[in-house]
Amino acid sequence: MFLARHTPSGSAVAVVSRLARPSVAIQQRGLATSSDAPPPKKTKFGGLSDQDRIFQNLYGQLGADLKTAKKYGDWYKTKEILLKGHDWIISEVKASGLRGRGGAGFPSGMKWSFMNPPGWEKGTTPRYLVVNADEGEPGTCKDREIMRKDPHKLVEGCLVAGRAMNATAAYIYIRGEFYHEATVLQRAIQEAYADGLIGKNACGSGYDFDVFIHRGMGAYVCGEETSLIESLEGKPGKPRLKPPFPAAVGLFGCPSTVANVETVAVAPTICRRGGSWFAQFGRERNSGTKLFCISGHVNNPCTVEEEMSIPLRELIEKHCGGVRGGWDNLLAVIPGGSSTPILPKNICDDVLMDFDALKDAQSGLGTAAVIVMDKSTDVVRAISRLSKFYKHESCGQCTPCREGSKWTAQIMERFEKGQGREREIDMLQELTKQVEGHTICALGEAFAWPLQGLIRHFRPELEARMASHAQASGGSALAGGWEHDARLKGKLIAPGQ
Amino acid sequence: MPVKRGITSSAVRKSDSLNVHRDTPENNPSIPFKFNEQNLKLVDEILKRYPPQYRKAAVMPILDLGQRQHGFASISVMNEVARICEMPPMRVYEVATFYTMYNRNPMGKYHIQVCTTTPCMLCNSDSVLEAVEKHLGIKPGHTTADGVFTVTEVECLGACVNAPMVQINDDYYEDLTAESVVQLLNALKATADQMPAQAHTWDNPAPTGSTSGSGTGALTGKDKGVKSGSALGTAKGRKVGGVTVPPAGPMSGRDTCENSAGLTNLTGKKWSTEVFRKDL
Repeated sequence: MFLARHTPSGSAVAVVSRLARPSVAIQQRGLATSSDAPPPKKTKFGGLSDQDRIFQNLYGQLGADLKTAKKYGDWYKTKEILLKGHDWIISEVKASGLRGRGGAGFPSGMKWSFMNPPGWEKGTTPRYLVVNADEGEPGTCKDREIMRKDPHKLVEGCLVAGRAMNATAAYIYIRGEFYHEATVLQRAIQEAYADGLIGKNACGSGYDFDVFIHRGMGAYVCGEETSLIESLEGKPGKPRLKPPFPAAVGLFGCPSTVANVETVAVAPTICRRGGSWFAQFGRERNSGTKLFCISGHVNNPCTVEEEMSIPLRELIEKHCGGVRGGWDNLLAVIPGGSSTPILPKNICDDVLMDFDALKDAQSGLGTAAVIVMDKSTDVVRAISRLSKFYKHESCGQCTPCREGSKWTAQIMERFEKGQGREREIDMLQELTKQVEGHTICALGEAFAWPLQGLIRHFRPELEARMASHAQASGGSALAGGWEHDARLKGKLIAPGQ
Repeated sequence: MPVKRGITSSAVRKSDSLNVHRDTPENNPSIPFKFNEQNLKLVDEILKRYPPQYRKAAVMPILDLGQRQHGFASISVMNEVARICEMPPMRVYEVATFYTMYNRNPMGKYHIQVCTTTPCMLCNSDSVLEAVEKHLGIKPGHTTADGVFTVTEVECLGACVNAPMVQINDDYYEDLTAESVVQLLNALKATADQMPAQAHTWDNPAPTGSTSGSGTGALTGKDKGVKSGSALGTAKGRKVGGVTVPPAGPMSGRDTCENSAGLTNLTGKKWSTEVFRKDL
């Protein structure tokens, strides 16, 4: 047998493992097993105390003005933080283990350090921090709460993160529908300018830094970093090819970094309370606190700041009054905004809410927007509606996404009613695989993944629908959704059925 | 009049987002458009936000301002914006057709945008949309005959915790039911006369304020209708001629995004500078 030649015998592996870790009992190892990670130091997550919540004003108990913000710790010793320099800020953020809160979960400290390659100080161009407040992912409504209740955390965050990447200005790209939020944020910026906190000689640190707001005008795709930059430059928001990455050539051709509102807003608190404070929450490599937005079929939907790695079930039962009709009435959960694959109840029972755990469950944390569906949900229709969303929001630049999003939306519309054949489910799966990875931006993946998730976990549901449609219409539908006797009725349909 | 069609021509597509311009009496290039004095100051303000050699970066905010002044982004507004931003008009048309918030056709006074994406759908946005359609007698993409309401079906507006919701001009109305949305529409209709005559001939924007659709608060920070922080959920609503227009926000009684059955967190004492490291 071909494989056998390369397979070490069980005892050989056991020897290896004994040599590597003498204290561990002998284990039988199979092909390609990696060595076990050391046991985690912390195994229980959730139950964050109010003292450790960064966004104290999440429920609007306090004013959003500068005076109140200062009273509760914002803008405290910002000058000292700025004077410590970019290396210090980046090392704190790296130590905190903060991963980008916009969905991809890229380590923030590392991303910010890309702005300071060797010799950056010789550059003469302006450098920009672009804050992505184009919160459009269905299910997500966390940045909105930051901007209308804790705007000073964001403005200060712009300054601190901007200092870390030696930026000269920050543009906050806020979605156009958020008129109220943009107004509140504009007020906060004006207050900060008037108080000398930003602008020339920000906070008296000798560092000049401006913050501007730019409002989007209703395009989901502008949440992608390069398309956001395009949009800021006054063009239709169509993503750019990478490389060059924005850190090299970004906004107005200058070095830029795009970061999510939440990532930027937590930076000053991390610097003031220390990276190790932030890193103590959550599992390793998934540290920190996070805003979760729980919507859909829960008794009391709400937005809440919790520890990373909190079990999904605890999150829902503790903060949202549980699933409607009890936990057993749960059908499925979309754990991280519309682009992440759906998870059925048996996985939801014990999954942890962090980047790695959800990735292992073949989904993702995304923006931590938990969409809960109970047993009354028409799950096919729920995903089909997402397909329609992506069809509407595709910018039309790459063919696989432009055409694929339309095809899948049409196919899903048929599947809702069960008009289709079982083999079309595989065709749909193949179609999504053809799109994935073949587009400039991640919108291709974003509409492919929910469909793959549906097929992975709810294929029997799709098949049952087709069966019942076949029974109701007197014969199973032909591919393309034609009724079984279409040809008899003289309709011209594709051959090869 | 029925449309005459040749044997090979396809149906005239009357979508709300037709990407071509057709001259109409209320939207053609010979209608003059100029920014008023107040808005010209704002235009200067906007242009200062971008590097001087990138005037065209200001196209989106200026076009939005033009739309707010004129009522919709007509071809004349776009041409004027192109002149100000020193860019070819075609580049402005590209922007105006790409983004869904630029309305290139005359709009009703109240633009009702019903969110129907999955999180809202799960919370029964179907019934909200149906109630709106039934109450106004129009389908998404259409304007009522009296020019008061335009209804559109939109994608996620980012208030999913407060689903289902609609956006009316600049305001979010959240936690709706089929009954409360009808109540809201009735209140808006009863007070529609208090608004300037026709939204699309609205060359003189009303003083900034809620639900007028002409607010410039996002540029100036000045808009009395916009609440923040602890003021959220405290607005009483506008009383106009004996009718109360509900304030923007959740209509279920909760203030914002909190658990409606009582807070599960943030009930303790707030922290301040005492928690910070001492070596700063």
